[in-house]
Amino acid sequence: MSLAMKALKKSPWVFHVNTGACNNCDIEILDCLTPRFDLERFGILLVGSIRHADVLLVTGPVTRNCLPRIKRLYEQAPKPIKVVALGACGCRCGIFKDGYNIIGPLDKHIPVDAYIPGCPPKPEAIIMGVVKLLGTL
Amino acid sequence: MVKKIPIGPYHPVLEEPEFFELHVEGERVVGIDITIGWSHRGIELLSEHKTWDQVPFLVERVCGICSCSHPFAYVKAVEDCAGIEVPLRAQYIRLIVAELERLHSHLLWTGLAGHFIGYNTVFMWAWKYREPVLDILEAVTGNRNHYAMLRVGGVRRDLPESEVPMVLERLDELEKNNELLTKAIVDDPVIHARTKGVGVFDRKMCRLYGALGPTARAGGYDVDARRDHPIDAYDKVDFDVILCENGDVFDKAVVRQLENFEAIKIIRQCLKQMEPGEIATEVHEIPPGEGLGIYEAPRGEVLHYIRSDGGNMPLRHKIRAPSFNNILTNEVSVVGETVADAGLITAAVDPCYSCTERVGIVDRGDGGRWVASEGDLIRMSQERTEKIRKELQGNRRNG
Ligand code: SF4
Repeated sequence: MSLAMKALKKSPWVFHVNTGACNNCDIEILDCLTPRFDLERFGILLVGSIRHADVLLVTGPVTRNCLPRIKRLYEQAPKPIKVVALGACGCRCGIFKDGYNIIGPLDKHIPVDAYIPGCPPKPEAIIMGVVKLLGTL
Repeated sequence: MVKKIPIGPYHPVLEEPEFFELHVEGERVVGIDITIGWSHRGIELLSEHKTWDQVPFLVERVCGICSCSHPFAYVKAVEDCAGIEVPLRAQYIRLIVAELERLHSHLLWTGLAGHFIGYNTVFMWAWKYREPVLDILEAVTGNRNHYAMLRVGGVRRDLPESEVPMVLERLDELEKNNELLTKAIVDDPVIHARTKGVGVFDRKMCRLYGALGPTARAGGYDVDARRDHPIDAYDKVDFDVILCENGDVFDKAVVRQLENFEAIKIIRQCLKQMEPGEIATEVHEIPPGEGLGIYEAPRGEVLHYIRSDGGNMPLRHKIRAPSFNNILTNEVSVVGETVADAGLITAAVDPCYSCTERVGIVDRGDGGRWVASEGDLIRMSQERTEKIRKELQGNRRNG
């Protein structure tokens, strides 16, 4: 295991992008950080810039407007970066699949390492997904 | 010299991505440019290809927080078109879920507002107090969000009698906590200094811009669709419409906090007045015609319009969400304030966007560009709070 991976595993910093989600997934992510679930005690931190991130957490079905931005974010991200698709939308576009402005799902455009399904996934599911992802490193 | 600060379209926190461009002269904001539509998913068209009964699942995903308000307005529109009577018990259950949603939405906002001004304690508290509301929702509807509770003609699930004591107990707990939180906000001198007289949007402007919900009521503009166009059991419960007069950020916070008490009051009345009975009427067809549904979502009045040709899908479905009006109010309330306050003010209408992930300052004069991290706006805001706190402490010591 490389040094970078070792460091990443101890304290993954997460950057979160909404690519047209209904924002419930985003709220559940925030919920994970608040007292009841408190993901921060595992060293998982939500950061404000992609350049600091180890994990790219993407919600939403990828709308036309968002695609160039998510691609650019992926390019800007320091490698190795792990990409997590969150929610039914992130995984398979969910209920918005047939929308004319939707060109997802995410894994058509950038490689995805983990999928956390659910609409929205419960905080417990999100935590489990993250733990599983860390387990594969 | 006017500089431009683009904010957005991404921010890790709330709502659909929005793009704001602040025009600043030194510290002062002199103008704002707003672009929305980043998460345009074409929901209206999608809904015109779903059957009447599938649409509620879609419209509750318009916005994750208002996942009862949109279906509520939609089913009212369809019921209006078809002239369907909803059983009384279903009406009360609808009200309970809707008001629970208001509670969780307002607490969520209070927490985020606390975060913006550097009071992370308020953030953590408010979100902790919000959890019991989600617990109730999970017990009553089966899901923490996206309740899938409403259907044309009634509700999908009954509220089991066995859950009622738990709901009441949690509500008592919440009322106490909310009181604590409200007092903490109203009595805190730093919060006063940071939010009073900031981002004023007064009554006249509310009228002009068609502001809705707490944004309007904070400015003394008396609109509340629950009272003005009572749907379902809203005319059978007793509640107050909270009004303030200054329209600044402080008043917007107070309106939301006090509305929480009203929501608790409404839920208690519903639980008391509810009687056993049917929870839905069978609907066989939607006749040709059109219908309008209006409901007061946590952020203001949401409007759904449907047209039917007698088939099994809506011919036209139009949605108007309150944030559309409210976002525009930023055009007035931000101008003249400092950049450190801009984040807070735009957040106060409750599509909070101030956790933008990327801030870049464009200098119009020499074309130079400074790209800063997302946290900058929040950091500036938090530093300002710290400064005010120190000043206040200094005053106290001197006085
Ligand atoms: S998966 Fe569900 S909750 Fe998440 S963004 Fe999509 S519709 Fe919203």
